Amino acid sequence: MTYLQLIQKNLLRRKLRTALTMTAIFVAFVIFGVLSTLQAALNAGADTAGADRLIVTNKINFTLPMPIAYVTRTRSVDGVKTVAHASWFGGYYQETKNFLVALAVDPEPYLDIYPEYIVPPAQRQAFLGDRGSLLVGRAVADKFGFKVGDRIPVRSSIWRQRNGADSWDFTIAGIITPSEKRVDTNFVIFHYDYFKETRSFGGDTVGWMIVKTTSPKVNERVMRTIDGLFANSPFETESKTEAAFNKAFAEQLGDIGFIVTAVVGSAFVTILLIVGNTMMLTVRERTGEIAVLKTIGFTAERIFGLVLAESMLLSIAGGGLGVLAAWMLTVAIGESLGGFIGPLAFTLPTFVASLVLMTLLGVLTGALPAWRAMRIDVITALGRK
Amino acid sequence: MSDALIVLKNIAKRYTRGKQDVRIFDHLDMTIPKQDFVAIMGPSGSGKTTLLNLLGGIDKPTEGEIDFDGKRIDNLSESRLAAFRAASIGFVFQFYNLMPMLTAAQNVELPLLLTKIGPKARRERVMTALAIVNIADRARHKPSELSGGQQQRVAIARAIVSDPKMLLCDEPTGDLDRESAVEILTMLQTLNRELGKTVIMVTHDPEAARFAKRTLHLDKGRFIEKDLSA
Repeated sequence: MTYLQLIQKNLLRRKLRTALTMTAIFVAFVIFGVLSTLQAALNAGADTAGADRLIVTNKINFTLPMPIAYVTRTRSVDGVKTVAHASWFGGYYQETKNFLVALAVDPEPYLDIYPEYIVPPAQRQAFLGDRGSLLVGRAVADKFGFKVGDRIPVRSSIWRQRNGADSWDFTIAGIITPSEKRVDTNFVIFHYDYFKETRSFGGDTVGWMIVKTTSPKVNERVMRTIDGLFANSPFETESKTEAAFNKAFAEQLGDIGFIVTAVVGSAFVTILLIVGNTMMLTVRERTGEIAVLKTIGFTAERIFGLVLAESMLLSIAGGGLGVLAAWMLTVAIGESLGGFIGPLAFTLPTFVASLVLMTLLGVLTGALPAWRAMRIDVITALGRK
Repeated sequence: MSDALIVLKNIAKRYTRGKQDVRIFDHLDMTIPKQDFVAIMGPSGSGKTTLLNLLGGIDKPTEGEIDFDGKRIDNLSESRLAAFRAASIGFVFQFYNLMPMLTAAQNVELPLLLTKIGPKARRERVMTALAIVNIADRARHKPSELSGGQQQRVAIARAIVSDPKMLLCDEPTGDLDRESAVEILTMLQTLNRELGKTVIMVTHDPEAARFAKRTLHLDKGRFIEKDLSA
């Protein structure tokens, strides 16, 4: 027999109680894992945002358009290096459940502005040279099994062609791979010119502009200048850094950070009380046994360690299963959302935070009972017999 | 080298209970030689259990000195006292005090977890101890699957597995029927005679005390020695 086996035997002596306590811990870590992953996915845009990139949208709402003429005027602003634009297509592949983040863009400046999107030179040339072509993100290609050269229909839930059709046919010219894992590639892009010529409404407008500045230091000035340029027009603009825009976009679903903190905080305080109370009860029940252990030579410190290890084991077992379930759930949720909120992956920081929380939970719930166990007076405890 | 295993010199033991000062012993002297088998008898409140606690190093005297095998133990720290108990004393309780979730073998192995003995050697020592008390065939049984007498045998195996010099038995037959009690007392006698263990046994039962070499009668913190064979 080892100490670990002794601790396990103690934990399993009241199986129902241990199972219920572990379930409580399990649920807390499932909530933590899923919400943290969701938060990480929603913040991924802000984390990977370029410091020298600005997003200019319609001031009323970013879903409203702005004239394409703004692109040319913005290019003349001092401190602006490149300007690209993009328009939301609202796409899906074959069925509405196969949601596609599809953007109509001006290809060359768009790819120049986003160096984190890696496209092999030959594929890039093929895309730039064919207005009816499509660049597909690696995540989309993997999901649907797309290959270069495939001809696919992309349907829109918003736009119609002039002939009334809701489907545009594209030839896949290339695959966009990410420069690093956390860069989202769950999107497709195609030529704005082709889109503008074929769509039945929308005229000479674009969705938003992406502005690359000469330096992050000039961001504030450039944003003020751009917004000043279009002030008092029918299409006033609002400029933000890309990080701020992505964060604001994520927060449309609510203040995820606050939700995560509030829900996880409440769950953990509750669990702390439940597990702490259970451990106190456990030590109280075992007063006589602990006194016997001390009598036969177990030191107070060793008793402290045994009780603390028991609470740690309980926390790690329940928490570990919770993390595993959270990981499986995030995979399932990610697949069901079809990448709508970016790459939903259980990240290393979430895993490390889970480990830290498990340790904290184990220590906090075990310390007081362990201290009480350590201080059990052998004479008094055995005198009760 | 002295024949005395444990020597109590001028021991006083006092408790404070509320505002009352309770005096258990005053100027108590006692010497127990190696390989002795002593029964301690006396009425309730005479100090039998307190004496056993002092001998076993789980309580300290208010005044006086306790020497075990030539070394003073009353001034040891709590952790050193724990180490002393683990190495030198085997405890046998009236209600066995076995861990209910462990098998007989695992209960016996508990004191060995405090040593540096490896798992294989530990298993061998456990089986030897269980064999000495004739309960090796129940090694995998849990206490709830054993009779009172069998549980007490396991408790004795736990007490001797570390090969201590002294066994302290607090009413070891108090919860047993006569037949089981005789078995346990015979076993303690064997451990004393054949393995040379010094046995100190607190009991209310004069029949049990007959198995000891001598009986000390404790009354109001003092004791009177009687030779039962006389």
